[in-house]
Amino acid sequence: MSKSPRVSTRGARASAAGETREFLTFTVERQIFGLPLASVSDVLDARPLTPVPLAPPEVAGSLNLRGRIITAIDVRRRLGLPAMAKGGEHMSIVTESDGELFNLIVDAVGEVIAVSDGQYEDNPVTLDAEWRRFSAGIYRLDEGLMVVLNVEPLLAFSADPMLA
Amino acid sequence: MDDLLQEFLAEALESLSLLDGELIRLEETPNDKEILSSIFRVFHTIKGTCGFLSLPRLEKVAHAGEDLLSVFRENASLVTPEAISLILHCVDAIRDLLGGIEATGNEPETDHSGLIATLKAAVAAGEAQARAGVSSAPAKARPAEAPVPEAPPADEADVFEALSLDAPAADPEPAPVPVPEPVPVAEALSTPTAQPAAHPPAETAGGHDAGAKTIRVNVDVLESLITLVSELVLTRNQLLQLARGRDEGADSFQRLSRITTELQEGVMKTRMQPVGTAWAKLPRIVRDLAIETGKQIELKMIGAETELDRQILELIRDPLTHMVRNSADHGIEPRDQRRAAGKPETGTITLNAFHEGGHIIIEIRDDGRGLDVARIRAKILERGLTTPAELERLTDQQVRQFIFRAGFSTAEKVTSVSGRGVGMDVVRSNVEKIGGVVELSSEAGKGSTFTIKIPLTLAIVSALIIGCADQRFAVPQICVRELVHVGPNGAHRVETLHGTPVLNLRNRLLPLVSLRELLRLGGGDDGRGVASAEYYVVVAQIGSRHLGIIVDQVFDTEEIVVKPVGRALRKIPFFSGTTILGDGGVIMILDPNAIAATVGEAQVVAAPGPAEAAAHGENRRSSLIVFRAGGRSRKAVPMMLVERLENIDVTAVERAGGRDVIQYRGHMMPLIGLAPDCALRSEGRQPVLVFAERDRTVGLIVDEILDIVEDDVTVEFTGSEEGILGSAVIAGKATDLIDVGPFLIAAYPDWFGLEEEPAPPAGDPEAPRKRLLLVDDSAFFLRLLAPKLSVSGYEVIEALGGEEALALHDRGVDVDVIVSDIEMPEMNGYAFAEAVHGGSRWADVPMIALSSRMTEQTLERGRSVGFTSFVPKSRRDELFDALRQVFQQPGEAA
Repeated sequence: MSKSPRVSTRGARASAAGETREFLTFTVERQIFGLPLASVSDVLDARPLTPVPLAPPEVAGSLNLRGRIITAIDVRRRLGLPAMAKGGEHMSIVTESDGELFNLIVDAVGEVIAVSDGQYEDNPVTLDAEWRRFSAGIYRLDEGLMVVLNVEPLLAFSADPMLA
Repeated sequence: MDDLLQEFLAEALESLSLLDGELIRLEETPNDKEILSSIFRVFHTIKGTCGFLSLPRLEKVAHAGEDLLSVFRENASLVTPEAISLILHCVDAIRDLLGGIEATGNEPETDHSGLIATLKAAVAAGEAQARAGVSSAPAKARPAEAPVPEAPPADEADVFEALSLDAPAADPEPAPVPVPEPVPVAEALSTPTAQPAAHPPAETAGGHDAGAKTIRVNVDVLESLITLVSELVLTRNQLLQLARGRDEGADSFQRLSRITTELQEGVMKTRMQPVGTAWAKLPRIVRDLAIETGKQIELKMIGAETELDRQILELIRDPLTHMVRNSADHGIEPRDQRRAAGKPETGTITLNAFHEGGHIIIEIRDDGRGLDVARIRAKILERGLTTPAELERLTDQQVRQFIFRAGFSTAEKVTSVSGRGVGMDVVRSNVEKIGGVVELSSEAGKGSTFTIKIPLTLAIVSALIIGCADQRFAVPQICVRELVHVGPNGAHRVETLHGTPVLNLRNRLLPLVSLRELLRLGGGDDGRGVASAEYYVVVAQIGSRHLGIIVDQVFDTEEIVVKPVGRALRKIPFFSGTTILGDGGVIMILDPNAIAATVGEAQVVAAPGPAEAAAHGENRRSSLIVFRAGGRSRKAVPMMLVERLENIDVTAVERAGGRDVIQYRGHMMPLIGLAPDCALRSEGRQPVLVFAERDRTVGLIVDEILDIVEDDVTVEFTGSEEGILGSAVIAGKATDLIDVGPFLIAAYPDWFGLEEEPAPPAGDPEAPRKRLLLVDDSAFFLRLLAPKLSVSGYEVIEALGGEEALALHDRGVDVDVIVSDIEMPEMNGYAFAEAVHGGSRWADVPMIALSSRMTEQTLERGRSVGFTSFVPKSRRDELFDALRQVFQQPGEAA
């Protein structure tokens, strides 16, 4: 069952200062992130995954979504954050990259918001290297800073064959 | 992007893909008007459409090419290799521009003025020659070298008008001529599904009429059809489960099932494409290569219409190209060499594709110089891929296989042609990834043949669903030979051979892999990696290799749709795909090939010899004497240990020193029963096995000699009872192998530790004997090997296992060389070696490893822990060679 997030215009200051863009927000470890709405295929609640033996630790498993097999990525792990406490709820966002569908497992999915260019900031220089890799910039929201998730590096899995 | 533009791009690119081949054919047969027309039409159409779509750069390039082609029509003698190369460059330029347009929607900014100038010059020169030819006798003169643009525009215009099709005032000026063009172009564009060759209505003499039987369909549409059909198949399978045991609707269901299968087969056919599509670029590549290297090479293509799955086609395109390049670059010799060798000056590369069984076979054959085995051997040594001793033992065919190793290139200089980094290893792994195999045969001076064998279709396969540690996996049915149930009451036994589980299956030992361990699923208890006493072994066959995969459960066989493994999981070597089962569950498809690679079967690196396939544990061709001694069980000892078989007269037995003895060849020979309940008879004769060591003999009494068997004996060690080394299936019956050691020692306590060594040691007879530490966990082998080593002049110190060897070290024993088994259960050879080399008193002692399994991994690992050489366990002579090498002194003959 997929949920459709509420669309909210909170934070939209369609001022003359640039365009507005729409993002789907979600949280991981209390940090707000955003994904460009155009890249979101679906939002799912927690559902059973098939674990894949010998998979890299950030791959939570595979799941069947209406006949398509998609790889579930544990975003917490990928960002180097501690795993969620057992029994915690989570949700996931389905996004496409290079013709393949991925399921990004996050803590909670928020709303669709519209932000304007005026709210945008580049990554602060003090941001640590790991996060800088995955962050495409920051938007200042009323409720905090939203990190724009840079999906490509998140889903960049090298093709080197696994060493035994 | 606008529809018209997209349409134009698709058609233009498609026509261009044929142009390479056609231009080369034109080069061979310059007088062929049909080919020339066909090529001309492509340029003409592109040029025309460019005007309409406002693509000025592309139009200029196409126009210049078209002009040159017109000149060809006038005069076939102008079709020279240089001119063809020029047109090919023009085709490349057009392709680049089209690519740019496809990517960005606009023409890229590249400057083609140089190319255009050269083309124009060639045109002018050609015309000059044409005019010269017309006015005087047919001129055989080549077109002038220096570009001389001369002719006044009026003449050119006349010439063009006479030749060209619909184009009105075809300007030499590259300005676009939009107005007069739209008519033919519109015609062209209004029939989007027709082949481009059908466009110009005039001059269709000899043109293709390809519009009728085929239709062009968007690839995405087809793909979604296939996906739908796949889901239909899966739903049908689900229904199958539900329908089992129900009567009603059975007919309808059957019909549905049949229709689904037919639909599936039909749709799969749409994925089939002729293999020639992958060959399209090859003639040009070979031609360019030939020109670049100054050789003469002919490319023959047979069976281009053979069809295979589109996906597979894409995957083999690059490997094929690479192999053809290799043949052209390294295989075919330069003309003078070929002449000297009595071969025709033109080398031939033949591509041959055909169907066989459920596979497509593609051969790439060249009549060049063949693989230079000597050079490969040198390279192997240089790279340190194996030891000199082993290298000598490898056959030429085994050596050739080394070219499939990563990073192995014997090309002296890496030419721009074959490139670097795209080695045969990549070719092989790409082919194996889709379930195919690459084979190679080659004869020095005659040529080489590479054969690729790939399955016809990837899409839907039959698979066996198995369970392990509560997870399910699929194994392609085509690899499964048999299923074996192992249990406490089962007929099959799993033995442990030096720590590895093996299954005795009809007199063959099958190496086993625990899937649980391999995939680190957890939960296994003992070394066999199984969680219970009952389990299944899936006997898989890959090529000529067999292996058994231990799983917990076997479910059923299902038709599964193979989907590629997700990008994030592609690194895992054991999965060849993923699928959704009838119940919606997602499972991984196992790749038995990759699993087999981990078992460490002996590869061609150090094949101990045809009769000794180390893949099945310790197989050896031995002579054994089979007998009964006490009780009804069959027993055996290796013939090689036995000096003679005698049948003694029991009345001649005397008693001396508390033992039974008999006079034998001038000595007193003690007699000992080979089993506690095997005693001397009171009368008559009794068979005796006579063992001798120098001047000492011992006779071991048996009840009856049953047979002497020469066989591939697979020794399975259980090591449970005293005096019994293990069991084997000999001549179809279970037989105990007797350890004669204790009996010999009972007769002479120092049987195995002789002081006198009349035989001179290897090397200097005056030198003290080298102390050799022999480490093995098998008493049988120690007893077998030690005497032989002693005889060769070494002082042998035996250690049963690594721990014992280290204990000896701690007691202060010094040795000159260590020969150690690698596969030992308690402390394996590597750990022992590490302990030795890690700062012990023996740190500088050379170490030789004995192994029944020699793979790249074992070699590398062994080297890293300090072993200097590797010898297959069964080859005594190799061991002696290795020892000799260890102690070789400068100036001494090896």
